[in-house]
Amino acid sequence: MTTMSMVKALNSGLRTVLEREPKALIMGEDVGRLGGVFRVTDGLEKDFGSDRVIDTPLAESGIIGTAIGLALRGYRPICEIQFDGFVYPAFDQLVSQLAKMPNRSGGRVRLPVVVRIPFGGGIGAIEHHSESPEAYFAHTAGLKVVACSNPNDAHWMIQQAAASDDPVIFFEPKRRYQAKAEVDTEKSSLGLHDAATVRSGSDATVIAYGPTVDVALHAAAAAAEEGRDLEVIDLRSLSPIDWEPLEASVRRTGRAVVVHEAPGSHGIGAEVAARLTEQCFYSLEAPVLRVTGYDVPYPASRLEEDYLPNLDRVLDAVDRSFEY
Amino acid sequence: MGDQPRPAKKTAKNRRKSASANEPEFVQLLNPGGQRVDHPDYALDLSDEEYRGLYRDLVITRELDAQGTALQRQGQLGLWPSLLGQEAAQVGSGRALREQDTVFPAYRELGVQWCRGIDLLSSFALFRGVDLGGRDVAADRFHMYSIVIASQTLHAAGYAMGVAKDGAVGSDEGEAVVVYHGDGATSEGDFNEALIWAGVFNAPLVLFCQNNQYAISETNARQFLVPPSQRAAGFGVPGILVDGNDVLATYAVTKSALDRARHGEGPSLIEAYTYRMQPHTTSDDATRYRDEAELDQWRAKDPILRYRTWLEAEGLAGGDYFAEIDAEADREVRKLRDRVISLTDPEVSEMFDSVYAEPVPQLAAQRAEAVAFRASLDEGSES
Ligand SMILES: Cc1ncc(C[n+]2csc(CCOP(=O)(O)OP(=O)(O)O)c2C)c(N)n1
Repeated sequence: MTTMSMVKALNSGLRTVLEREPKALIMGEDVGRLGGVFRVTDGLEKDFGSDRVIDTPLAESGIIGTAIGLALRGYRPICEIQFDGFVYPAFDQLVSQLAKMPNRSGGRVRLPVVVRIPFGGGIGAIEHHSESPEAYFAHTAGLKVVACSNPNDAHWMIQQAAASDDPVIFFEPKRRYQAKAEVDTEKSSLGLHDAATVRSGSDATVIAYGPTVDVALHAAAAAAEEGRDLEVIDLRSLSPIDWEPLEASVRRTGRAVVVHEAPGSHGIGAEVAARLTEQCFYSLEAPVLRVTGYDVPYPASRLEEDYLPNLDRVLDAVDRSFEY
Repeated sequence: MGDQPRPAKKTAKNRRKSASANEPEFVQLLNPGGQRVDHPDYALDLSDEEYRGLYRDLVITRELDAQGTALQRQGQLGLWPSLLGQEAAQVGSGRALREQDTVFPAYRELGVQWCRGIDLLSSFALFRGVDLGGRDVAADRFHMYSIVIASQTLHAAGYAMGVAKDGAVGSDEGEAVVVYHGDGATSEGDFNEALIWAGVFNAPLVLFCQNNQYAISETNARQFLVPPSQRAAGFGVPGILVDGNDVLATYAVTKSALDRARHGEGPSLIEAYTYRMQPHTTSDDATRYRDEAELDQWRAKDPILRYRTWLEAEGLAGGDYFAEIDAEADREVRKLRDRVISLTDPEVSEMFDSVYAEPVPQLAAQRAEAVAFRASLDEGSES
């Protein structure tokens, strides 16, 4: 066990991948000499060379499109998109090419490409630097989508994503980048697509991923003071979703609240609510509620605290759930 | 028209386009030492007053930009992308614009905005995080900042197509459109598509590339083998390389490209060869990718110093004038600073109010919820 930030944990995970997998490459804007704008790839170009840690031209469609070509040639690219809001120039390459090519080939072609995307708000940034675009990708068959919420998961999930033969969109909660926590560098007990119960409780289930896991945990701690016992589940994988632990939890608690930063309508929370309603209908004491960003473009940073789900809004939703 | 022509002294040395080493062959009218150089294609017709005005613009732009950096350091702005070193590229091109012309900026174009004579506060509001940079863009003929690299090049191409469709080109009074972008932007598909569109539709567009040598940490070597000014030819668009630290040259080449556009003769691309003296933004650590020696080379090519030297040598301005400009810059800075600091945070409701032209019921409900939620927190904190 060692204590480190998520940035360090990702960095050490990527380092391990480069050491063990000779075909692994890192590519993106400013990932080389600068070490990435968040320093996730710090020192990797120096140690593995600019053949394997590649500063690319400023072109996201190019990054993903050439990663596909490199994968067709047997490489295993790990791409960085500098910020969430800059992934869209690559949309065709992600959604029509990376996602569909393996299926078109009848399974003959595999595209082991990882696309790392720092996502979410709460850092006081200007526009396009705080978005949560995960639903676009989770809605796309052929892509796997995951989000880490803590350093230990970051360390292991990035290695598991790199080992996957499917394309993985890998979301990193940038406002949790510097928070430190314990990392077990020996082994991981979870697979890439496993959900995790990060706090056990019996009264209601709060489901979160990425940056909102921490919000949910704080809400659970506050609720405990008021005598309410919340279970918190970290989805970790958004596509596919590991339904079994969610359903089991909701069957026990009878109440569920889903929390994410992305706008609520047509989002991950809608999928979770629909599925839990189908599978746990007779156990539910209340409808599955969502606490999310509003259905507006991410606002100017001086308003982001009003936009982002916070402890109070989560507790409000839990209260409402108990009113049914 | 000029009070009197101020040509370069005709010597063999002056006729070379570029005096110092390490510089590409570019259009230069004033070398780093402050001496006028002739160029066969670009004559100047400025009045003494206009020559002095360029100095005023350069200095005030630099000071306002420095204030942006200072305000960020003091926690008044979330971020500031400094233009230090790029003043001549922005002021020369900005002053070449005519009233009827339209600008599409990237996010570093404070100097152009200043030359347009429009309120600068919006740029500071954007980087303070109180709004998303909204302004009356039609009245200003200066569109919103564009953070997504190269996206604005297509908007400008489309706008210019509209100008042509409206028949607003073909004479001295024709409209031209200019779009600003960086060297990094030339790698994006959007930029290359903009050249294609502007070309095949003969749009009255000038693509103004400030090649400040860096896209965050990456040098030109990662963006292109052939520089943008040469690449343009492959799209059938004339490309011009200009000394971006020479305000007279950037003025002259932009004026000529804009005139070409307004007369219906089509698009062109100007590559202003310059240097970003500050880190990419206040969040960047440039010591990771460049050294002092490189900065020193560019300090020697400072755009303001050389222009001041020339003004003095020509007897166009002296100590009193320079002091007067410094004082004016100081006043502008204070005025702006006070206004930035007094920008208040927006109302919660504002994030809902301009998403759609026609109201969406579900949004009205969310708006009410968010407003009530904030009110409940405010009450809680007051009691
Ligand atoms: C589509 C997109 N990708 C990435 C970024 C992140 N980013 C912001 S500025 C920048 C470099 C831009 O370089 P250049 O075009 O040369 O302009 P400069 O900042 O030097 O003026 C990058 C990569 C972005 N804003 N938009």
